[in-house]
Amino acid sequence: MRKFLRNLTEKIVEGILFLSSTVTTLTVLLIIVFLFREGAGVFSQSPVEKGFVIAVNKDNPIQTLTSAQLKLIYDQEVTNWSKLGGKNDSIILFRLDDIGNYYTEDELGENFKNMPEKLSELMDKNSGMVAFFSDKYLAKNFRGRVLKMSNTTLKEFFTGKEWFPTAQPSAQMGVLSLILGTLWVSLGAILIALPFGLATAIYLAEIADSRTRNILKPLVELLAGIPSVVYGFFGLIIIVPAIQKIFDLPVGETALAGSIILGIMALPTIITISEDALRTTPRAMKEASLALGANRWQTISKVVIPYAMSGITAAAILGIGRAVGETMAVLMVTGNAAVIPHTFLEPVRTIPATIAAELGEAPQGDLHYKALFGLGCILFLITLAINITVEYISGKRNKTSND
Amino acid sequence: MNSIISTRFLNLYYNEFHALKGITMDIQPNTVAALIGPSGCGKSTFLRLFNRMNDLIDGVKITGDVLVNGKDIYADVLDVVELRRTVGMVFQKPNPFPKSIFENVAYGMRVNGITDNQYIAEKVEESLRQAALWDEVKDKLKKSAFEISGGQQQRLCIARALAIEPKILLMDEPASALDPISSAKIEELIWELKKDYTIMIVTHNLQQAGRVSDTTAFFYLGELVEYGDTKEIFTQPKDKKTQNYITGRFG
Repeated sequence: MRKFLRNLTEKIVEGILFLSSTVTTLTVLLIIVFLFREGAGVFSQSPVEKGFVIAVNKDNPIQTLTSAQLKLIYDQEVTNWSKLGGKNDSIILFRLDDIGNYYTEDELGENFKNMPEKLSELMDKNSGMVAFFSDKYLAKNFRGRVLKMSNTTLKEFFTGKEWFPTAQPSAQMGVLSLILGTLWVSLGAILIALPFGLATAIYLAEIADSRTRNILKPLVELLAGIPSVVYGFFGLIIIVPAIQKIFDLPVGETALAGSIILGIMALPTIITISEDALRTTPRAMKEASLALGANRWQTISKVVIPYAMSGITAAAILGIGRAVGETMAVLMVTGNAAVIPHTFLEPVRTIPATIAAELGEAPQGDLHYKALFGLGCILFLITLAINITVEYISGKRNKTSND
Repeated sequence: MNSIISTRFLNLYYNEFHALKGITMDIQPNTVAALIGPSGCGKSTFLRLFNRMNDLIDGVKITGDVLVNGKDIYADVLDVVELRRTVGMVFQKPNPFPKSIFENVAYGMRVNGITDNQYIAEKVEESLRQAALWDEVKDKLKKSAFEISGGQQQRLCIARALAIEPKILLMDEPASALDPISSAKIEELIWELKKDYTIMIVTHNLQQAGRVSDTTAFFYLGELVEYGDTKEIFTQPKDKKTQNYITGRFG
């Protein structure tokens, strides 16, 4: 009987453990599936806002337009259809506000009840006209042609330089500037954090006596525990004005400010991991170096650091990973302009900051909403790549140290 | 009497612990001296005195004299780097650097400021030949030192120590982590190296001590119990403790 009870307890515990690990795994998988399912919606939805249409003259040979082309037309950077592969005919822009230029209020009638008919007539008359209006003004026997807008393609999504998800007539979903912004800020962060972090790690691992280390190490680890919004606040009050003053800029919210803040935030990761790696250098290896007449610095630079190199690389990459995903602090100090950065002294916008700032105003199921999920997918892929790289590097390291 | 290594009334303390007690000992040039004794008897500590490796440990205090080539190596004016060029060391476990085979051997020359690549290349080959490793690695000098076997790694470490032309070679149980065949190769090598170097070797393997050494020192609890000709120590030891140890009654 007791044996039966013991077996039963074991089975129950086993079951609970199995269940919880299954649930955890499933949750992670579900989140990823959800992320990609929502994100993929960007590519299956017209970039023109629901309830609106783009119309041209029915003799216009242009069948479809991309979002970017439409923007060029409305920015009047393209003024002739031949540029877009059509016939040689200058483009006449038409927005609903322009209707007064063509018809009087009387002609349109009460409550614009003649509007559909007049629009239809207008589109018929002007061979080069392109119009953007609400589909409730679309006449049943419309004599123009409603232009099909091509969906955003994968290539456009990744290489498009314009991020205007709520632009009219057509949303611009180019995430290149956001990806570059993210990488730019992270790169800056690692350039700042790596020298300081590595120096601190070497000091802690090789030079500091145990008393100093016992004070310094917890302090460094404390850095990791400060909420990111506090870092952002610190950056906004101290670093942003300082940058503005030093470089004499109109605004201090720049990539540099983000890099500095992220650099500080990545420090604990870099210091802790590279210090651990440095400390795994076998004592015998350091002694061998000293026994050959090397001094302490030669031993550190020629033996300890090369031995710990994979660990240091992993630390740097994980530091980048921390920087790539960081949201709040970056949102507060980088100025959030979705432009491709050329120097560290320009405002940039990162992927996480974009999601955080815009998700609240994007209607659920809307193209904008889906584009933000697409951004989430990109972020996920970047961090996944980072993790795989780290796994690969530390795997290689285990192989060499097993000898 | 022109001993290359000598100690006079040497005491060493790890903080409060008295690890070496009043040791006086002389070693002649071009001989192999074996240091034997049970674990914790101080023989490794004694060995590490001669290239000042004990400096790295906190709380070590030394009294008495340690002379190498007639010079007090614990004098304030002594250049430790210079000393370590004269006194090479091979450790218990093979500990090559995470570098290529070539760079492992070249390391000592490079850190000592030698930049003549022609000289370095010649010296690397010479040292590897001396360590009886050249034929096995000459085609893979650029490969990582971790890719060769443990026995080869240990001979690489010997070559590395030889490359800076020391006068004395300290060996701390150099064959204890190796298989019997590799171990035999190392012993053979020690026999060869005796022509050019003075060698001190710590070993737990008494047969090995008997085979490779000219003189043997038996340490027990920090004291030098007996020191003399290896044959004599193994055949007719004067001290009871030595006899007990070499006949395997303790240790």
